[in-house]
Amino acid sequence: MTTAIGVEAVGIGKHFGSFHALSDVSLKVRPGSVHGLLGENGAGKSTLVKCLLGYYRTDEGQFIVDGREASIERPADADALGLGMVYQHFTLVPSMTVAENLVMSRQNVPNIVNWRSEIAGLKRFMETMPFKVPLEVQVGSLAAGERQKTEIVKQLYLQRRFLVLDEPTSVLTPPEATEMLGLVRDLAHSGALTIVIITHKLKEVAAFVDEVTVLRRGRMAGSGSVRDLGPADLTAMMIGEPHAPKNPERQGIPSAEARLVVSGLRTAPDAGRKGLSIGSIEVHAREIVGIAGVSGNGQKDLVEVLGGQRPAESGSVTVDGAPYRASRTESLAHDVRVLPEEPLRNGCVPSMTVVDNLNLRGFDVGPGKSHRSWLDRAGMAARARNMIAAYGIRTPSPSAPIGVLSGGNVQRCVLARELDGDVRLLIVANPCFGLDVKAVAETRTRIMAARNAGTAVLLISEDLDEILELADRIVVMHEGQVVHEMPAKGADPQEIGRHMLGQH
Amino acid sequence: MSGSIATVLLAMLAGSLRVSTPFLFVSLGECLTEKSGRINLGNEGVLVLGAMVAYATSYETGSPWAGVAAAALAGLLLGGLHGEVCSLAKVNDVAMGIAIMLAGTGIAFFFGKPYVQPSATLLPGIPFGFWSASPQVRNALLVCPLFLVGIAAAIGLHWCFNATRAGLRIRIVGDSQDAALALGLPIDRTRFIATACGSALAGIGGAFLSLYYPGSWNEGLSSGQGLMAVALVVFSRWNPINCIYASLLFGAAGALGPSLQTVGITWGYYLFYAAPYVVTLVVLIITARGGRSLRGMPGQLSIGR
Repeated sequence: MTTAIGVEAVGIGKHFGSFHALSDVSLKVRPGSVHGLLGENGAGKSTLVKCLLGYYRTDEGQFIVDGREASIERPADADALGLGMVYQHFTLVPSMTVAENLVMSRQNVPNIVNWRSEIAGLKRFMETMPFKVPLEVQVGSLAAGERQKTEIVKQLYLQRRFLVLDEPTSVLTPPEATEMLGLVRDLAHSGALTIVIITHKLKEVAAFVDEVTVLRRGRMAGSGSVRDLGPADLTAMMIGEPHAPKNPERQGIPSAEARLVVSGLRTAPDAGRKGLSIGSIEVHAREIVGIAGVSGNGQKDLVEVLGGQRPAESGSVTVDGAPYRASRTESLAHDVRVLPEEPLRNGCVPSMTVVDNLNLRGFDVGPGKSHRSWLDRAGMAARARNMIAAYGIRTPSPSAPIGVLSGGNVQRCVLARELDGDVRLLIVANPCFGLDVKAVAETRTRIMAARNAGTAVLLISEDLDEILELADRIVVMHEGQVVHEMPAKGADPQEIGRHMLGQH
Repeated sequence: MSGSIATVLLAMLAGSLRVSTPFLFVSLGECLTEKSGRINLGNEGVLVLGAMVAYATSYETGSPWAGVAAAALAGLLLGGLHGEVCSLAKVNDVAMGIAIMLAGTGIAFFFGKPYVQPSATLLPGIPFGFWSASPQVRNALLVCPLFLVGIAAAIGLHWCFNATRAGLRIRIVGDSQDAALALGLPIDRTRFIATACGSALAGIGGAFLSLYYPGSWNEGLSSGQGLMAVALVVFSRWNPINCIYASLLFGAAGALGPSLQTVGITWGYYLFYAAPYVVTLVVLIITARGGRSLRGMPGQLSIGR
């Protein structure tokens, strides 16, 4: 076993052109501790760790590793010091086995690999590990939690003594997250390595982290021991305002009228994954049904079927009792709207202007849902101006191609378009992915407002907290099937997590 | 009747061994290139250029093996050009491949004009049928050494992908750019080498065409084997060992027409000659059914993204 090392950053500054990504940031991580690095998107967390790991060169300041001043100019320097990182997007090769991945991650791979002796060596190494991963299984067939463990095992295999975990639980279910963070904390407290966790989940910080450093807009917003700081203090440091935005208020109860009914829906298997096999999902008016599940368990297929991007093999989808195949005529007749994930790719034409994209639903629709052959350019521009103002969309000009906008602004555009006018059924997939705290609150408030006004909402999200906050009813999907259904009130995240993993 | 069926089958076996060899080399080359995450449609041009260079070299030096080496070198250079240009930003490997294909055939026709008439020394066959008195069997089992080289190359490539640093690196680069970057692997250089070496193999396939079977140089020598190899690699699921079986299957399909002719069936001559193309079509339809992603396909391949 290795021994943990401490790392200190003093007065780090980094700018890209005239943009100051980091100014005068300092960080002190004790050996053998779990340190939380907190902040919103764009606060400079990843820039800071990329400087530490040699992917960027700092413009000001210095790093002190294990008590000595260290010059880290390229990733190899960080390697040599025993600093490593587990990325949010795993960097294991999916088509290779765990053993192949481990061996190839080493610096000195022999020209000809003697698998018998390598496997024997890896088995001996694995016995010293606090958790086991199967060696001769393809990484692509491992669950996300297993892959995360493999990434950590890989870092230990490379004799790392200081490890940065970038949003390590973003792809894990609550039980997996609890297990993984517990293992990591035990490793750190045993003195084997020091851990820095980049995160924005305050519950995890409270349960597993010893000390925190908070960044906001490239500057230090505070630091200290988790024992002394409550969630309210941390939120205030992160967003720079004393109060966190309030949760949207739920008004009224779901009506008895089932607006969306999915029954016996099946799709063809794709890319080695099983297709959908959904017995039944109903969404009522004035109700949000949240679909929970580990990413890749059919949620995307479901959104694609409901949005008309994927054909169903059998089964039926009805809206207001009428069969629904997501044609333009049908979606217009029933006022069905979709906020897909990756909205730029799935909901926009990137090279067309913001005005055109904001009018994709209505450009060919005249008064009273009549058909329009000649475009009403002035009306389109006016509608777009209203949406830009109402949703605070930041665009260089209404006639800029939508592809140049930031992700958050594209999201606002699509949300504005899809919530415009009467909406009877709204399908939303991961609506807050990549947004900052304020934008998240704003988006959730708008979805809740639509529900309160009587819209039926189907919310598909990988963020269980979001589902627990917004949904009236929760449906859990596993391998393309609905495996559990429960009211959201009083639902236990740990129990939902077990269903998400297929443990019933 | 049973005698003529035996004759057809024997002729198909013989034809299969001959016709399959260029398929084998080009598909192995294409497999190597695609494993690194790049597609090379230019191998058709490399095949034709390899055939011309091999024939010309054999004619000038008197040594067919020098011709094979020259064909490999020509493939290495043309493939290297493809590899180098594709490393530049925003170059589409499919479009560049078509350019390389046309350039390769064009260069071959231009420099190959003077070699259409003269006859060069051809590669010798190994008489595995020496034990038999039947001339058909002897003829069927006269195997070109290049076929054996191809089998060895397939096995070697398979071993290389599984048990050597170079092979594992090619697979990483071809399957996950993120992982390759995180490991600090030189992506462009790896692809360049894989493309150049893959084309060298395709060049050897060309040498087989001009120096063994049919064993002459003319402008109609290749019948699209270089392009069909792309379908063959898909059929083989990017596995070099499967390339052997796939090549033999395509070879047998290609030998169907000539074999039927040996027993006097002359109707539908052109139809039977089209058999390999029909097999290609069927293979592509079967593998592309239902819009599913293909098992075994390298993740970074541009046609799959």
